[in-house]
Order: sequence, then structure tokens, then C-alpha cells
Amino acid sequence: MEYEEAKQLIVEKLTKKLKTKSKFYFNDLSKILGLKPREAKKIVNRLIQDQVLEYWSSGSTSMYGLPGTGKQASAEHEE
Amino acid sequence: MAKHATPLLDQLESGPWPSFVLDDLLGVLELSYKHGRTHWKHGGIVGVFGYGGGVIGRYCDQPEMFPGVAHFHTMRVAQPGGKYYTTEYLKNICDLWEFRGSGVTNMHGSTGDIIFIGTSTPQLEEVFYELTHTFGQDLGGSGSNLRTPSDCIGSSRCEYACYDTQAICYDLTQEYQDELHRPAFPYKFKFKFDGCPNGCVAAIARSDISFVGTWKDDIKIDQEAVAGYVGGEFAPNAGAHSGRDWGAFDIEKEVTGLCPTNCMKYENGKLLINTKECTRCMHCINVMPRALHIGDDRGCSMLVGAKAPILDGAQMSSLLVPFIKVEEPYDEIKEVIENIWDWWMEEGKNRERLGELIKRQGFQKLLEMTNIKPVPQHVQEPRHNPYIFWNEDEVEGGWDRDINEFRKYHQR
Repeated sequence: MEYEEAKQLIVEKLTKKLKTKSKFYFNDLSKILGLKPREAKKIVNRLIQDQVLEYWSSGSTSMYGLPGTGKQASAEHEE
Repeated sequence: MAKHATPLLDQLESGPWPSFVLDDLLGVLELSYKHGRTHWKHGGIVGVFGYGGGVIGRYCDQPEMFPGVAHFHTMRVAQPGGKYYTTEYLKNICDLWEFRGSGVTNMHGSTGDIIFIGTSTPQLEEVFYELTHTFGQDLGGSGSNLRTPSDCIGSSRCEYACYDTQAICYDLTQEYQDELHRPAFPYKFKFKFDGCPNGCVAAIARSDISFVGTWKDDIKIDQEAVAGYVGGEFAPNAGAHSGRDWGAFDIEKEVTGLCPTNCMKYENGKLLINTKECTRCMHCINVMPRALHIGDDRGCSMLVGAKAPILDGAQMSSLLVPFIKVEEPYDEIKEVIENIWDWWMEEGKNRERLGELIKRQGFQKLLEMTNIKPVPQHVQEPRHNPYIFWNEDEVEGGWDRDINEFRKYHQR
């Protein structure tokens, strides 16, 4: 899968789900891409580097999201 | 005068080593004691650029009351092999943390990293830059990735080490940098390296893949030294239990009688060991280190699936590879690791540890995915299920048959 195509697919699907979900497991992303985890990882890494996605971590579990979406712990009290 | 009154905690500050140093930190704790619940929250998008782990966001939910700890992020710093440090290095990283963080550290966290406790978001990149550029020091793992691999001191100081734990720990850390820093696993994953079955890093109890040193040939016996122990010339356990008088050393009661497989006996002043039955438990070697020594044909056993009791209780690792040579470039070992990862990344549910996947899909599935043939060492107990389920490829001719050929010999 081409990078640009993958990027569009991820952004589109994640934006669509934004009403209910702002953080996604790595598995969700590889399912969207329809790729094996190792292949998906290469693309997801690049999406992070290009700041299309950002990491979220609880300390024990990591997830991915579109930058600026969802409620972040630090921002809660600023609303 | 303290910033916050902390009557419930003042005792902590008495004595030569006051436990807490920050006013606001004490204040939060006092408030937690008063309310009976925590005022910390964790998790978030904080981190250093390009890394998905190494930083754990921590915030206080009373930032106006305790501005000094409104952000109090944790940073994990990868520990060196065997946790050896120079004093200069320790001074340097302490200075850095005092300057850029709270100055509070934890040496070490359960996974083994140096833990820097407490800094604010703008300091993260600064600390990371200094660590990597000035001290040649990387962050450790956190989140759904490979956690910082950890090892015992190995052959650097221990005569029991069956392989160079530090060499392989370093090699795999370098090889799997991407897995360490960019999370794409279902959950955390840990490697630990024990040089011998004494298990000083407790690999078997707390790592998804435990590497435990072992040997294939005979335990080396110095019969003269055995006689020395029997005669009371040498203290058993190298004098470790000399705090009280246990009476004269009794080799039958303290060594041969405690052998878990009854593979040894002491006869006519000679110690005999039946290597075939020995499980390398290390007990006899630990009691008589002058007389007994690990064999020369050394390597490690790979065990898989240990975890802590968060879900479904704690689990110890199960033996997967009974013996494997530990030699650079560790290709055979890496092949096993990567086959396991391919299976777990594909089949593991979110937040499911390898040990749980093995329980869910079966050890047999793991053997299949790693292309390892079943051997007696994989069998824990006789099977409970009397049925054998064959796969199509295990049966001659598969599931299809030629009905006309069959009818030639069998009437309807």
C-alpha cells in the first residue's frame, strides 16, 4: 500500500469514529490498513513522524490518535 | 516554615534520611491521607519526539493548591547491563535530574530502569537531549512495547554464569530498538537474562521470554573438596548461614537428601551424580561451591509467558527451548523471538500478555508457530483429554477420499 493512500485511509476512518473514540489500539490501525502488523508498523511509524498521528500512553498501554483530539489529562482543567 | 501543614506526615521527615523533600509533594500526600483517595492521574500524550515510550505522564488533580507538582512526569532511563555504574556517571545524571526534574529517583524500577520521578512537560526534551548527547544514555521502555531488557551480572563477577548475559542483553537491546521505542505490541513485553538457574533477576517469574543459563554435560566434581566439606574444613554455602550453630555438616541431609530428582548419592566417600536425571536446580552447587561446578557445555533455556497477577493470577514461564547455544550473532535465538512476536502481534488481543495468549490458544499452537518439535520437556503432566484431534495435513490422504475406489471393496 502506498503511504499517501494509507495516510488518507487512516485519517478518514479515525475522523469518522471521532464522535465515539479518540484513541486507537495499534491493532485497530493495522485492521484499517488491512496489513500484517509488521507492515502496518512501518506506515504507522511514518505517520507519527509526520505528526499525522500522535502517541498516547497510560504508562502500561499505548494507543494512537489524531493530534489534538480527545481529552488529555493535562487539558482537563483548562476547559 | 513548611508551605503546607502536614501533621500526618511529619514523622516521615524525622531521622537521618527524610523520606520526602518537596513541599508540594508532601502536601498532595497529606491531602490523599485526609481524603482517603489519590490526587494523581496518569497517562497522556507527553513524550519525547519519535519515542512512544520512556515517559509516563503524571498530573496532580489539585494543580492550584500544589503548583510545584501540577506536572510530575516519570522518565524511565535504560539501565546498563548488570547495573554497573561509575560514580561519575551517577553524579552526572543526579545533577541533571536535580536541575531539570524533582531530584527524586528510584533505583531501580521493577523492570530495572533508573526511574526519574517528577518533571514538567517542557523539561522532557531537555532531559532527553542531555541524556543522549552528553551521557550516551537512552530512555527505557514503557507502554505497549519491548521493555528495557534486564540481566544479572553474569560472567563479569559470577562463576555460575552459563553465558554472557550482558553481551546478549546489549545485543538484543540494540537489535530491537524499534520495538523498544515505538509501541506496536498488544501490551508490554519483557526479556530477562539469568546466567544460571539461581535466577538473580527472577526471569522465570516476570518476563515474557526468560533466558536461564544451563549446561548439558556433567556437574564437575572435586571429590577432595567434597571430603573437605564433609570433614568440616569448608563452611557450607560459603558461610552464608553461619549466623547460628546448625551442628556439623551432614551431606546426606543437606545435599543429597534435598536433591529434587534424587539424582545423587554419597557412597564410600564419593559423591555421584546421575546427570540424566539432574534438573540443574543449583542446590548442591550452592551448598558446596568449592567442590561442584557447572558443566562446560553451556547455553541457556528459553522459557515463555511469565506475568504478574493482574489478570487470572500470576504465571511462571513455561519451557519452550530446553537448550540453545548463546553465541553471537544469536541468530537462532532471534528466530524464536521473532516467530513468537509474529504470532502474538497477529493473534494477541489488546492488553493480552504472551502468557495469556498461550493459555487461550494452547502451548501446542505456540510450538506450531515457532516451528519447534514437541519434546518430553514440554510435557508437564499426562493429558486429561482422551481424544486426539488430527489436522488434515497430519492424516494420509487428508479428508478427501475417492468414493468409487471405496465402493469397489465395500458394499452399500
